[in-house]
Amino acid sequence: MRDLTNEIVELIRRTSSSLPKDVEDRLRTSIEKEAPGSAARGALETILKNIELSRANSTPICQDTGTPIFYVHYPVGWSTIQLRRQIRAAMEEATKKSYMRPNAVDAIYDKNSGNNLGGDDFPYIHFEEVEGEELTIELMLKGGGCENVGRQYSLPENTLGAGRDLAGVRKVVLDAVQKAQGQGCAPGILGVAIGGDRGSSYIKSKEVLFSEMGTRNDDPKLAALEEQLTKESNELGIGPMGFGGKTTVLDTKITGLSRLPASYFVSVSYMCWAYRRRKMTVKGEEVMYD
Amino acid sequence: MHQIQTPIGDEVIRSLKVGDSVTLSGTMVTGRDAAHKWMIETFIKQTRPAQGDDLQVHEELKKLLNGSVIYHCGPVVTGKSLQEYRFIAAGPTTSIREEPYQADVMKHFNIKGVIGKGGMGAKTLKGCEETPGVYFHAIGGAASFLAQTVTKVTGVFKLEFGMPEAMWVIEVKDFPVVVTMDSHGGSQHAVVDEASKKVLNDLLSR
Ligand code: SF4
Repeated sequence: MRDLTNEIVELIRRTSSSLPKDVEDRLRTSIEKEAPGSAARGALETILKNIELSRANSTPICQDTGTPIFYVHYPVGWSTIQLRRQIRAAMEEATKKSYMRPNAVDAIYDKNSGNNLGGDDFPYIHFEEVEGEELTIELMLKGGGCENVGRQYSLPENTLGAGRDLAGVRKVVLDAVQKAQGQGCAPGILGVAIGGDRGSSYIKSKEVLFSEMGTRNDDPKLAALEEQLTKESNELGIGPMGFGGKTTVLDTKITGLSRLPASYFVSVSYMCWAYRRRKMTVKGEEVMYD
Repeated sequence: MHQIQTPIGDEVIRSLKVGDSVTLSGTMVTGRDAAHKWMIETFIKQTRPAQGDDLQVHEELKKLLNGSVIYHCGPVVTGKSLQEYRFIAAGPTTSIREEPYQADVMKHFNIKGVIGKGGMGAKTLKGCEETPGVYFHAIGGAASFLAQTVTKVTGVFKLEFGMPEAMWVIEVKDFPVVVTMDSHGGSQHAVVDEASKKVLNDLLSR
């Protein structure tokens, strides 16, 4: 089997230092909505300068290079044992090259491993076997500040008058955005999962973030709710960094999964503006990056 | 735009109001979760005995922080020695985690400014009035941009906490921030929180 370690280091470099164009475009169009001279506008201007600088110098967009979350789709015949080894070796190398900050801290002994490897779960790697010839590796870097403002609700949530339906989902998501204020480095992107158990629900709320900005759920009801939540979140007036302003949420993505009759979970993952996700595709001898 | 040099005098601090844009230059020290917990336990509450170089670092910090600024930041640093260290990514981290400690740390060291993101709570706001000091909000995530304002790394303490948690002594030039908590009880965070809460209640009633 082919050794992809170097190619994965390159994937990490790109993810950490070069923000995807669709995210950058949204930030750029948001600037016009903020009043000239306002702190909100100043924040967005600095963010855009930072994006350019990181890309030009291959330096991390944000010093919190986050939890590395890999989704690997592999054709028949690849070994996940070897792919895991290569991803871990690449992570260590990328840390040496300062594309990544040492970010894995043993929770019991408070010790930073220094190389971004921590037990079997750091980095987080999800494998899925697929039909066809193409191997794809997607990487998302999910920052800690925004992860801390994520929330999970168990409906009904009486304090918010939120019942077990999409109207109730709307209420709890807006509550999560209001509680987050600027703490998750607003403007953010919302990943929402409805249903599942506590674990699967949170995982899906992150997975849904892998899709491009502006792509809507196939279900028209959920697509409409996505639009509505982005619009109403922006009415809250929290603004970039919580300085006050019109740009609080750049986009919302919702997914549904089966639940038990007894449970109705809504999980909200908040992704900061530094929405770092990249993909590499291996096809025969060729390796392509998005 | 105010241009301010550390160490900062009380008159300058009192002149700053919520919403002011400021550029900071001079020496500052980074410190986040582990550092704050360590300062409180070892020197302020003294619930933990000083160990290793603790006392010596305390003396150094007293000089460095007096009238100066503490920066909530866990940077990415290259290089293996003081001569080589260079900040390459250094944006702010979420400040509210230091809420239980910050006011006491400010008073103990006479710290005039706290840089971070997301703002802090009532206890720190009171600390800002009493010390006096202000909270400077930096742009979260703008790590490469802010690292460029760091002209020199002049020291590092407690590297055993790990690179992000160590206390780095840095010199900065024109580090951009916005005052979001001042020494007169003003807090932009409280204002935005309250206003957004009103809108939320309105949206929820629909
Ligand atoms: S929330 Fe995102 S942008 Fe903000 S500090 Fe964390 S990783 Fe960086």
